[in-house]
Amino acid sequence: MTTAEPVIEIAGLTTRFGQNVIHENIDLTVFKGEVLALVGGSGSGKTTLLRQMLGLITPAQGSVKVLGAARYDCGHEEERKLRTRSGVLFQQGALFSALTVFNNIALPMRELRTLRETMIRDLVMLKLGMVGVEAQHAHKMPSELSGGMIKRVALARALALDPELLFLDEPTAGLDPALSESFVELIRSLREELALTIVMVTHDLDTLVAISDRVAVLADRSIVALGPIPDIIANGRHPFIKDFFGGARGRNALRIFQQL
Amino acid sequence: MPSDLPVDHNPRHQLITTEAGNSCLQLTGSYTLVSLNPSLPAVARELAQLASQPGLYWDLTNIHQLDYAGAVMLWQIWGEQRPDHLLLRPEQEQMFQRLEKVVSLPEPTQRKWFLPVSLLGQQLLRFFDHLAGMISLSGQIVLDIVYLMTHPSRIPVREISANLYRTGAQALGITAIVGFLIGIVLSYLSSEQLHMLGADIYIVNILGMSIIRELGPMLAAILVAGRSGSAMTAQLGVMRVTEELDALTVMGIPHSLRLVLSKIIGLSLALPLIVLWTSSVALLGGLLAADLQVGLSIRYAVTTLPDAVPIANLWLGLGKGVVCGMAIALIACHFGLRIKPNTESLGEGTTNSVVTSITAVIIIDAIFAVAFSSIGIRVAG
Repeated sequence: MTTAEPVIEIAGLTTRFGQNVIHENIDLTVFKGEVLALVGGSGSGKTTLLRQMLGLITPAQGSVKVLGAARYDCGHEEERKLRTRSGVLFQQGALFSALTVFNNIALPMRELRTLRETMIRDLVMLKLGMVGVEAQHAHKMPSELSGGMIKRVALARALALDPELLFLDEPTAGLDPALSESFVELIRSLREELALTIVMVTHDLDTLVAISDRVAVLADRSIVALGPIPDIIANGRHPFIKDFFGGARGRNALRIFQQL
Repeated sequence: MPSDLPVDHNPRHQLITTEAGNSCLQLTGSYTLVSLNPSLPAVARELAQLASQPGLYWDLTNIHQLDYAGAVMLWQIWGEQRPDHLLLRPEQEQMFQRLEKVVSLPEPTQRKWFLPVSLLGQQLLRFFDHLAGMISLSGQIVLDIVYLMTHPSRIPVREISANLYRTGAQALGITAIVGFLIGIVLSYLSSEQLHMLGADIYIVNILGMSIIRELGPMLAAILVAGRSGSAMTAQLGVMRVTEELDALTVMGIPHSLRLVLSKIIGLSLALPLIVLWTSSVALLGGLLAADLQVGLSIRYAVTTLPDAVPIANLWLGLGKGVVCGMAIALIACHFGLRIKPNTESLGEGTTNSVVTSITAVIIIDAIFAVAFSSIGIRVAG
């Protein structure tokens, strides 16, 4: 699955909040076309690591390169290009509550200032169709949408600029099992169709099993295991890995995995 | 997609003639948003000109990378249908199949608020709606007060004290600065005029009456309306957004009692004290300025002040403070509780709250001026 081309390169990354060390000397590479999942206990710094890849937090030490550009000191133009080439699905959706569904998705396209309004209209409706939201919801405000719908619209917005790199923060948190399954299915089909590279943070084993190619396990301030799920289970000796994959829920999810 | 190719990513096209004698438009390079971004209108224009040729063959199979932005651009050039002769790769075929299925954006539901008449009517209805809301909130507050009289242990003392600190103690600085400066300005203006008439000593009367009766209470109330009123509205609004209000209701803690009543009591205690503070600082500023400007000694001014300004004016000023404090807190809470869970509503609610409470403060002042016109003013002769 993985070709040699790296999309994200993290080297020697250390994060501190005050006296509190979150990450110590982390190295991680994400390759083009793969789905990498970050897992770890609460407070292990998964979301922090994701936010560093997004350029929302600057690490104390180390470098993060995304799509070949240094995340923290690339020029303005480079930065803007980077933003159009990656999309983010936030945990709560982070839809703009003052804008309709349509305008939420159209916003990043209008920001480019080169697309004509007719084109934007077609593109937005296309993205809405891709994530399975009916046209009649286009004029609704985010507050009128259900949780599952918000996630779908947020995904459509993340995909608005046809990014090659997609970040998902807890894509299935807060969805019921059926919805979460269909959402995972949606991500999987979109990934095939759009040739996406995906980095996601998740707690949910089912999601993990369903879409990730490789898993990075964060614990004790560093990455304690990295690789496909079967390898991690076979070789992982860290107590967190045993708890996470070895618990009742873990065994259940993995049984399904083995049947695939 | 061939990803190991290097890289001419610019969108290009060339018109060739096939062996069969047909003209064929070959697209090469990348037709993605990133590669098209700066030049998209120009590329679209060029292609649209070529597209008008009848019987043109479109060959997309040599495109390095095509994304939906590029596909939609071509789709619109073709007039939202496939051209008669089109060569596609399988994954491109899939993209255009998806495009064919795109539903057009439904028309937004008719909005009538463009009509001025209905706009006016809606505003009027909204006004009555707010009025009714305000009345029912005050009714609820009265019921709460009656309840607290029979259950004194339930009085939210801590909340009242916290509000007293936030709206009172923390407002001392800003009210002092504004009061002091206004006192100086007033004194400079009037002492000059009185000096021309040789009536220097009347500066004490002018400063005393205007500051204690009018300016002190008004300055304090308007500052507090802007400062604490907006804070109260925003606090309740954010609590609505984060569902904290619902959490309180579920726990059986009535928010009218804990949040609204404590704010009203807190501000109605704090504002008269702020009024007293603002008036004194403004008087001090005014008398200092008079001392510097016309040499009126402060000691003399302070001894004549009780004769110049009847004590009723002070009570009137404090009374205004109590009433304005209650009104500001009530209005702020009313707007805060009505905020809907979105960011725009939060901003709008806070603005409305401040504008309404400042208007209310001025209306209250006018009512006081008319109702107490014969009190505390010595009529000459």
